[in-house]
Amino acid sequence: MSDSLLPPAFAALEPYAGIWCLATEPERWAQRLRSSMREMQAFYDALFPRAEEAIAYCDRFPLDDMPADAERLLQLLHSLLMVSYAVEVWKQPEVINGGSARIDRIREPRP
Amino acid sequence: MVFPLAAGWPASGEAKTVARFKKPTEGTWTEHYPELGTGLVCMADSVSPAFYELEREAIFKRAWLNVGRVEALPRNGSFFTKELPGLRTSVLVSRDRNGRVRAFHNVCRHRGNKLVWDGTPRDETSGSARQFVCKYHGWRYDLDGTCTYVHQQNQFFDLRKDELGLAPVHCDTWAGFVFVNLAREPAQPLPDYLGAMVGALEGYPFDRMTERYAFRAENNSNWKVFIDAFQEYYHVPPLHTHQLGPTPEAQNPEYEFEAAHYQLDGPHRMVTTSGTHKHTWPAEHLYPAEALTRSGNTGPWDAPDLGATLPGVNPSGIRRWGIDNFQVFPNLEILIYERGWYVTYRYWPTSHNTHVFEGDLHFVPARNARERLAHEYAALTFKEYGLQDCGTLDGTQMGLEQGAFSEFPLNDQEILVRHFHKTVGNWVDAYVRRRAEAPTHE
Repeated sequence: MSDSLLPPAFAALEPYAGIWCLATEPERWAQRLRSSMREMQAFYDALFPRAEEAIAYCDRFPLDDMPADAERLLQLLHSLLMVSYAVEVWKQPEVINGGSARIDRIREPRP
Repeated sequence: MVFPLAAGWPASGEAKTVARFKKPTEGTWTEHYPELGTGLVCMADSVSPAFYELEREAIFKRAWLNVGRVEALPRNGSFFTKELPGLRTSVLVSRDRNGRVRAFHNVCRHRGNKLVWDGTPRDETSGSARQFVCKYHGWRYDLDGTCTYVHQQNQFFDLRKDELGLAPVHCDTWAGFVFVNLAREPAQPLPDYLGAMVGALEGYPFDRMTERYAFRAENNSNWKVFIDAFQEYYHVPPLHTHQLGPTPEAQNPEYEFEAAHYQLDGPHRMVTTSGTHKHTWPAEHLYPAEALTRSGNTGPWDAPDLGATLPGVNPSGIRRWGIDNFQVFPNLEILIYERGWYVTYRYWPTSHNTHVFEGDLHFVPARNARERLAHEYAALTFKEYGLQDCGTLDGTQMGLEQGAFSEFPLNDQEILVRHFHKTVGNWVDAYVRRRAEAPTHE
């Protein structure tokens, strides 16, 4: 038994797995808003260079029958896209000129 | 310098004076529809509680309203409830034993309790049932609305179960969209109501795009103010500057934009745009996540194979088609993207200055993680820029309510805004006129 959450090839990303392996968009959105830009930049810098490799790994399995560690890697990739807007586009966690608006994602495909 | 990558977004001085798409012979789209006029447009219809009350009766209790898709009713016995809070109405939509889609007022015939709910009566629910049972006194109804069981029936007086079914609501489907009509007798059947322009989409493969991302927002504006934001693209370069790309060439708020085609058909409207076709851009003008996922604002770049012909889309046949935006009166918008996916927006008024917005993205189901991430990035992008639209709404409603101005100039790209407010006014006027003539019937 190991305590690792991700496939062994992605062990270097384990420090981020406990924070960013989140199954739903509302959880990922909330995590982005409570994270600092420094934290998100570090996560982005660690995962983005390996994103192609991680997608290829996940693609070895059917979406509806993924091993738990591969599914968590896919969740991590979802979180990478979530933080990419903060890191690449807005340079802040919140949307620029979003005011007090709130849009809730109430349904999404899983995993 | 002309931005070389996006035919729809050039920046040269020359382009500022040259029409990029063919216009009607009148020279502008607005003048092609002379009944619209070209004068200032009054927006008092978006700040008045009294006008809102009239709209509820004149429009929302008479027009066909989309409440969902048939995919939510996969088998006989499937049902969902739809809350229409501004109309103080909950609708129960179900597929009966014969496969027919039916709608009822979601109210028990006994003491008026809300019939089907789960957890809390204010929340929508869905599922599969053989019958509907009222939580209050246990009355039961068949899927076709017939009352089948009254607890301790012998305690009632002259009660005839067969006369105590659920109250039906007019319901019909078109292209897989479920519509209801709250009128006692709708003025037109659904196909006539939708007309030729919207009706031409009938064979579009909506039924293949069953992977759905659903969003909901409670916005502080009149419902029409948000519809107005999504029926013109004039606002895109200034409000969504970041949407265009990370480079200064891409991110110029002064880019001039022009949609390719506008069309009106009865109360309905549409606009075609060329879109950004980012899949044709060099990588340096893309955000890294766009290049990684091959996806973004106009959807996944790698389109599913939908066959050679797509009925009803790109009605003017522009060469570089990107998006069709169909505005189905009163409150449904269907956006069809060249890359083989579609989006619906619905706007449900809850008061004269609030509404509930529902946005649903529909894709052909992802076959693997790579496709799932492309869909996810498109869904993220929808929310990121949608928040800018929703955030701005507050300010627009405040500005309108301030009353400093009541009439506003609209340009040719805002022709659909002009047509929408005129149509709303026409429906309300007709209702007020009918009510004056035959007050007992309204």
